[in-house]
Amino acid sequence: MNRRSGSAVLQICKRELNAYFVSPIAYVSAAVLLAVFGAMFALLLYFSREATLRYVFDHGVALLFFVLVTQVITMRLLADESRQGTLELLLTAPVRDWEIVVGKYLASLALLALMLGLAGYFAVVLLLIGNPDVGPMLTGYLGYFLLGAALLAVGEFASSVTESQLVAALLGLGITLMLWLLGAAAEMVGGAVGEFLAYLPIFDHTWDMLRGVVDTKNVIYLLSVVAVFLFMTTRVLESKRWA
Amino acid sequence: MIRVEGLTKEYGRFCALNDVSFSVERGEIVGFLGPNGAGKTTTMRILTGYMPPSEGTAVVGGFDVVEDSLEVRRRVGYLPESVPLYREMRVREYLDFCGAVRGVEDRQGAVARVIDACNLGDVRDRIIGRLSKGYRQRVGLAQALVHSPELLVLDEPTIGLDPRQIRGVRELIRDLAGEHTVLLSTHILPEVTDLCQRVLIIDKGRIVAEDTPDRLQAGLQGAQRVRVQLARPDKGAEEALRGLLGVADVETLAADRLVVTLDGETDGRAAVAETLVRGGWGLLELQSVSVSLEDVFVQLTTDETPAGEVAAEEAVA
Repeated sequence: MNRRSGSAVLQICKRELNAYFVSPIAYVSAAVLLAVFGAMFALLLYFSREATLRYVFDHGVALLFFVLVTQVITMRLLADESRQGTLELLLTAPVRDWEIVVGKYLASLALLALMLGLAGYFAVVLLLIGNPDVGPMLTGYLGYFLLGAALLAVGEFASSVTESQLVAALLGLGITLMLWLLGAAAEMVGGAVGEFLAYLPIFDHTWDMLRGVVDTKNVIYLLSVVAVFLFMTTRVLESKRWA
Repeated sequence: MIRVEGLTKEYGRFCALNDVSFSVERGEIVGFLGPNGAGKTTTMRILTGYMPPSEGTAVVGGFDVVEDSLEVRRRVGYLPESVPLYREMRVREYLDFCGAVRGVEDRQGAVARVIDACNLGDVRDRIIGRLSKGYRQRVGLAQALVHSPELLVLDEPTIGLDPRQIRGVRELIRDLAGEHTVLLSTHILPEVTDLCQRVLIIDKGRIVAEDTPDRLQAGLQGAQRVRVQLARPDKGAEEALRGLLGVADVETLAADRLVVTLDGETDGRAAVAETLVRGGWGLLELQSVSVSLEDVFVQLTTDETPAGEVAAEEAVA
């Protein structure tokens, strides 16, 4: 049974990855991400004269742009299946709902990993021209990967509740920013509720990693965001069977 | 193959299916007939494991659609009304994917088989989004067949096709009949007469009739009707016909056209012809009018239907 689940997840993931590469989405998101990060990298390197990726990685513009890219990657995952009617194909295949959700998620994660891999050339450049601290560079990439993993799960959830890709992207962006604003409101509220709110912003759990410190608490937080949103996505998919 | 008992589906307050029961034997082709919104698609979605019923049970190939949904889905091929195609994929890729998610072992063989069965050889490497509607429908059918399902559920398989394509798809379905059990929905009546051994007529979430197409027609026929066309019509013709033995009723369709209903006990056609010729009304044409399945359908699914008749049909169902 396990082998079968594995293969269903894999088949769905494979199809999804192919779909990325026959549409412009994969190429355009990768190109734009590399261009924007590349430009920031060049400028910050020129002005700071420091062999570090930190200035790029924890720059607000870079982060915001990264959120945007993750939402573009995930916006079509389920919304487009609903719109094209192919969801009916998947929901009547001998496949569990979570296998659909996870298969698609893994495809988006693979695309993200590929993009970050391409962005690895920043590190190569620094190694060639200077003498950077390798540890923080690696944790920076890891931080982006885990942050991305969380944001993709948010994005897939957003894509499950609508048939419109645009709505899905906006919704995902909205959820991410709302979590961040709620966190900012934590001080205002105080008490146990405040502590909970302070825990919500996804970015806050990546700062340390972007600066070279990997705290298990933060890794667990980001992975639990993935789990929670994939779980909710599965529930949304289930609920589609009732209407 | 299919056993459905007391199936009910409610969407909020709206009752899409109300206590539906029927069964389909292995190897049968059964037509599911009904106006739009009657509950055909809902029934099919329950049978294919897409959605659970609110009440009642449905068993497909020995497996309950709720308890053993995955087992049911493995045994069912489903062509939904809007054909679920990934427009960016190539035909062969798409069929391969459909086989893969359904756990087909020899995928290459299975894909080649359905490409052959559905006459898709010419377009196997084409992108689905660029195919004509007829081809897309056949790709949809191929998809439903790729895992050699025991039961084939086809929701309006010929909708939106031109007459030549319709004939092609029907021939295909007829060819499949031997190996698969087929449940197909339609609101095109000749399709049912043409393809199905048995018809279920559904209206407002209830089965209102269930029989062979022939018997449904015959059951409502009762009396024989003939249409006559006259060269020199006048009032006298109608009166003369009414006076004949064995004529139950005469209706005027147009000034020169009448429909004569015979009581059916003796063949009164000769008498009708003789009367009209002798009377000098100039008989141009005399034609039997049979009650079409269409009439049966309209009678069973419109509100004007006499209450007794529906009740009788329900008792049968």
